[in-house]
Amino acid sequence: MEEPIIRVNHLQTYFYVDSRISRAVDDVSFSIPKGKIVCIVGESGCGKSVTALSLLRLISDPGKILGGEVLFQEQDVLKMNTKDLHNLRGNQISMIFQEPMTSLNPVFTIGRQIVETIVEHTLLDEKQAWKKAVGLIERVDLPRAEQIMTSYPHELSGGMLQRVMIAIALSCDPSLLIADEPTTALDVTIQAQVLDLLKGIRDESDMSILFITHDLGVVAEIADYVIVMYAGKKIEEAPIIDLFQNPRHPYTKGLLKSRPIIGQHQDRLYSIRGQVPDLSELGQNCYFCDRCEECLDICKEKYPPYLSDGSQHNTACWLYEKGELNESASGTN
Amino acid sequence: MSQPLVQINDLKKYFPIKSSFFGKPTGYIKAVDGISLQIEKGEAFGLVGESGSGKSTLGQTILRMHEKTSGQILFDGKDIHTISKKELVHLRTRMQYIFQDPYSSLNPKIRIGDAIGEPLLEHGLATKSDVDDKVGNILTMCGMAPRFMDRYPHEFSGGQRQRIVIARAMALNPDFIVADEPVSSLDVSIQAQIINLFSDLREQRELSYLFISHDLSIVEHLCSRIAIMYLGIIVELATRDELFSNPVHPYTKALLSAVPIPDPTLDRHRIELKGDIPSPEKPPSGCRFHTRCPFAKDICREQVPELRQANEDHQVACHLF
Repeated sequence: MEEPIIRVNHLQTYFYVDSRISRAVDDVSFSIPKGKIVCIVGESGCGKSVTALSLLRLISDPGKILGGEVLFQEQDVLKMNTKDLHNLRGNQISMIFQEPMTSLNPVFTIGRQIVETIVEHTLLDEKQAWKKAVGLIERVDLPRAEQIMTSYPHELSGGMLQRVMIAIALSCDPSLLIADEPTTALDVTIQAQVLDLLKGIRDESDMSILFITHDLGVVAEIADYVIVMYAGKKIEEAPIIDLFQNPRHPYTKGLLKSRPIIGQHQDRLYSIRGQVPDLSELGQNCYFCDRCEECLDICKEKYPPYLSDGSQHNTACWLYEKGELNESASGTN
Repeated sequence: MSQPLVQINDLKKYFPIKSSFFGKPTGYIKAVDGISLQIEKGEAFGLVGESGSGKSTLGQTILRMHEKTSGQILFDGKDIHTISKKELVHLRTRMQYIFQDPYSSLNPKIRIGDAIGEPLLEHGLATKSDVDDKVGNILTMCGMAPRFMDRYPHEFSGGQRQRIVIARAMALNPDFIVADEPVSSLDVSIQAQIINLFSDLREQRELSYLFISHDLSIVEHLCSRIAIMYLGIIVELATRDELFSNPVHPYTKALLSAVPIPDPTLDRHRIELKGDIPSPEKPPSGCRFHTRCPFAKDICREQVPELRQANEDHQVACHLF
C-alpha cells in the first residue's frame, strides 16, 4: 500500500451515560493512503461518525477517547497541544457534514463565512480572501460566484449549500478531507453531481478523503478502499472491487443482498433479521451472532479476533479462522 | 374495467405567497399543477421525483389534508370535496397517511398501545374491553410483540417506530395508504424489512398504496405502476417493466442513471443534470424540464408538451418523443 497520510491505531472512544458505557469505537485501526478515498460503511449507531470525529478530537462529554493513536505526519493528534490542534483542524484536515443546512450560520452571508475561514487560517487579508473565496466557489462548479458570495444560506438549495461547505473545507488546501454522509440529505441527481465533484477534486489535488456513508451504492461509486463497521468494531476491510466481488463477513454479505438493485426486480427482498445491538449491552460474544445466518457455537462465546493474513482483505469472523474455510467460503461466491 | 379506487382529474394545488399577513398574494407556488391519475384497488402506485417536485403535496391533497385549488378527487366514486362532513369522517378511516420521519410522527408522551388504540375507540371499531386484544393483533401483524403496548416511543429504534406507525395506519383497516418516503430515514438492513412488510400487507389486505419516494430502486421493488413527477406535473407514467426497460423522458433517464449501483466494476453512461430543480413559483416556459434537459430544442422552450400515449402502458410528456 502507498504511504499513508494518516494512521489510526487501536482507537477507543467510549461514551459514559447513566453509569453505562457505550463502546462507540472499540479498537479500530486503519490507515488512509495519500490521494485515495477510504469509505467507512455501516448502519446508524455503528460508530462510523464517532470514528471520524475522534480523528479531529471533536469528542465532547460524555464521550471520551480512551486510547489508541492517530498519527498524522508522524504526530499523534490525540496528544497534541491546543495550538497544534487548532493548526491541524481546518488547515490540514477539514470536515464536511451531512446537513449543509445546519452547518452554516443563517444570519451571515456565504461570502463572510468563507472569508472568515480563510483569514483565520492564512496570512491573507480580507480583500485577498474574498478573491480566493470567489475562486473556490467557481472550483466547486457553482454559477454566478459573486452573487452567491452575497447570498444568505436560506437562499440556496441543499445541493448548493453542500458545495459551499466543500468550498470552505477546501479553503486551506487540506491534505485530508473527512466527509460524514455528505450526500445523504441530497436528491440522487444532486448526489451524483457532488460525488463527481469530490472525485474531481481528489484527482486534481491528490487530497485524501475519508468518506462515511451507509449506502453501498455510493461506496461503489467513490471508494478505493472500504472499511465495514458494526457495533463499534471494524469487521471487514478490503479494496473496493474485492469487497463487492468477494465479501467475507456475513454482515457485509447481508448488506449487499438487502439493497434493492435498480433494473433487477425481485419479489421479495433479502433482509437481515433483528436489529443492531445496544452498544452498552455488549457481551463477550460476536456482536453479530444473533442476526447471523452462519453462526457457529464459538460465535456465541467469544468475539473473533481481527486477523490480517497479509493481503489487503481482512475480516473479523470465526468462519475465516481456518484456512480451509476461507477457501471454501470464497469458492461459493 | 371496474371503477378505480382513487381517481384524480386535473388536480391543482397552489400555495399563495404573501408579502404581509393581510396583503394580497404576490404570487403562487404551483406545487401541484394539473395532475390526473387513477389508482386501482390493490395496486401499489409509485410517485417519484426530486425534492420540490410536489410529490408530498399531491399525496396530502389526495387525502384532503390540504384544500385543493381546482380539479377533482374521487375516492371510490365519491368526490371528497363535495360529500358531507359526516361522510368525510367515515371516508377518512379508509385512507391513511404514513410520514417519512417515524421519530416525529409519534407523540412521545403517549404509550404506543394508546396511539394505536385511540383511533379504534374513536371510530367505534373497538370497545374499552377488547381494544387491547385488537391492538395486540395489529402489532403482531406488523411484526411487533403485543407486550410492547405499554411502552413509550423513545424505547424503540427507528425501524420499530416505523412498524408502529404502520400498525397505527393499519388499525382502521384502510383501503388506501399514502406512504410518504416511509423508508428513507431507515438503515439499509431495516429498509428491506419494512418494504417486505408493505408488500405482505398489500397481499393480505388488498390494500392500495400511493408510495412516494425519491429512490427508484425501492419503488421498482414495490410498485406495479410508476409516475415521474417534475415541478408539479407528471412527465412520465408507465408500468414498472415499461419504465425500467424503456424509459423515454430525459428526466426519467437522468434519474435512473443517477441511482448508485453497488457494483464498482460497472462502467455506466451517466446523464448528468445541471443545477437544481427551478422554483415552482415561476416554472420555466414550455417544457418545464428544458432548463436542465441535455437534449432541449427550440420547441421545448416555447410549447408545453402534453402527456401522450407512447403505447398501451406508457404515457410521456416530451416533444422529442
